[in-house]
Amino acid sequence: MTAGPVGDGAVGDGASGPGAPEAGGGGPVAERRLHPFTPLRRAWVPIAATVGVLAQQGDRAARWVADLSTLLRLVTLAGVLLVFGVYGFLSWWFTHYAVTDTELRIRTGLLFRRTAHIRLDRLQAVDVTRPLLARLTGVASLRLDVIGAEEKDQLSFLGEKEAVALRAELLARAAGFAPEEAVRLGEAPQRELLRVTPRELAVSLMLSLGVWAALAGGIVAPFFVWWISSSPWAAVVTLLPMLGAVWAATVGRFLTEYDWRVAESPDGLRLDHGMLDRAHETVPPGRVQTVRIVEPLLWRRSDRVRVELAVAGSKNEVLVPVASRADAYAVIARVLPGVDLAGLSYSGSPDTGSRWVVPVWWKGYALALSPEVFAARHGRLCRRTEIVPHAKVQSVRFTQGPWARARGVADVHVDTGANGTVTARLRPAAEAAQLLHDQAARSHTSRATARPDRWMTSPDPDA
Amino acid sequence: MDTGTKGETGDLRWVGLPGGLLTMRRTLLAFWCGLLAVATAVLLGLLVGPAWAAAGGFWLVVGAWGWVLLGRNWRSWRYAERADDLLISRGVLWREQTVVPYGRMQLVEVTSGPVERRFGLASLQLHTAAAATDARIPGLVPAEAERLRDRLAALGEARSAGL
Repeated sequence: MTAGPVGDGAVGDGASGPGAPEAGGGGPVAERRLHPFTPLRRAWVPIAATVGVLAQQGDRAARWVADLSTLLRLVTLAGVLLVFGVYGFLSWWFTHYAVTDTELRIRTGLLFRRTAHIRLDRLQAVDVTRPLLARLTGVASLRLDVIGAEEKDQLSFLGEKEAVALRAELLARAAGFAPEEAVRLGEAPQRELLRVTPRELAVSLMLSLGVWAALAGGIVAPFFVWWISSSPWAAVVTLLPMLGAVWAATVGRFLTEYDWRVAESPDGLRLDHGMLDRAHETVPPGRVQTVRIVEPLLWRRSDRVRVELAVAGSKNEVLVPVASRADAYAVIARVLPGVDLAGLSYSGSPDTGSRWVVPVWWKGYALALSPEVFAARHGRLCRRTEIVPHAKVQSVRFTQGPWARARGVADVHVDTGANGTVTARLRPAAEAAQLLHDQAARSHTSRATARPDRWMTSPDPDA
Repeated sequence: MDTGTKGETGDLRWVGLPGGLLTMRRTLLAFWCGLLAVATAVLLGLLVGPAWAAAGGFWLVVGAWGWVLLGRNWRSWRYAERADDLLISRGVLWREQTVVPYGRMQLVEVTSGPVERRFGLASLQLHTAAAATDARIPGLVPAEAERLRDRLAALGEARSAGL
């Protein structure tokens, strides 16, 4: 077998625009392959599919196999393994990746060629994940979060050291360092900001009503089904998916959020977490669209909060699973520099009108504005505060239904790039109308002072 | 260049929608209500009894009501081009106002379906990085839609801002 075409740009491609710049030096870009362990993982998928089909057709497959002699069985088995092995090998052989000054290119496919060009200045986050099996074999997968990237645009698997080095290089290039420097710089130094102890995490889960609701539902529902249908089998059938949900809400959450560490580096925030599957996420500066502070009912007594964040194109949601309010604010101050969270003064909805529009829950709505952020709060049992920097606001909407108008209140929605909308509900109508215009002006002017996409370069004068 | 909206809020120059949209919507309404009225009248008249044919009148009432609603809705639509953003206002009972800063526009789209083309109309749709942004101006005259598209695209480029 000979090598595939190694020259650059041999493949037609739809991902990059016509103006996509070529590699800076003009020389050929060094293409690299994934870790040799990858074929095993790739071959695993069709093998699992075959086993699944055989299991479903159990009787017929057994009869068919019984008709064959031992030799023939071995030959069939060897043939199947060979086919899948070759498939895995070829898919590994034809997958290349390369880092240029501006892009990460992933070229893949034997019959159907596909080239993904991922622009580094559009980078929203970088994740290195090490699932349990991969940890045992010393490999990791790396994913660049950009808007519109697909599941298959991740590099799995790379050697662990290689993955970390590549992450450092990608971040350095994305930050705007020169290529030679980017390779030499290596991992940016990091400083630990916060660490969640297992005990604290376990206590916080015990105190969360959602966990108890999942547990209660998981225990009661099968018995209820048993009682209704008087067949234990039906109970078992309902039990299985319920167990999945209960697992995800309790043990699964504990395993994912185990040993949660937040560290700060010039490349942004580093989040490391997980007991079985370790994940290492990096969120570069200025990528966070919304920060959400969640305060469940039972946590408020001890002043604990959970912090979630929204980054466009990324699946990472949690910033801090549980922490005291002061610690959480210190971490948020790194994400939203210059914002004084403790100093925000929330003003509630007017009680004369609001109580008729949203009966009991109106008391949970509140809004705070500062020169940097728009912060809206809602919820009475579980209080959620959503904070959007003005520079991240994409559009502002004012809505008012007939009933709300009769009561002199209106809603203001602020749309962000992470496909989220933060709503300030039930504001006095005149204030809301004014807020619409003020917010548009604020989001416009604050963009001028925002950091550049390549965060280590000086701000672009005409950006 | 990069200034906030200053002073423009006072003298907004609102632009309403051309009459062609109302004509199109009312024509469609009259067509469908008339068709339903005739169909109901004929079916009931033949199957139940001649007196029941009067039930077709129900659709005429619906049509008349819709006629008024369409007029009110059409009057409620308006937009204003400000120095730094586009303002769209609409709705009678459920009022909605949308502000889209020019710098946030990712894509400006002019569409025109077969019926719209017949009435010489085109719709303009703005997209930002947020999917929730609902900035659409229906029923523009194609020349105006294209003028607006080119102007918005130029302004968007001049004030371009990322995520």
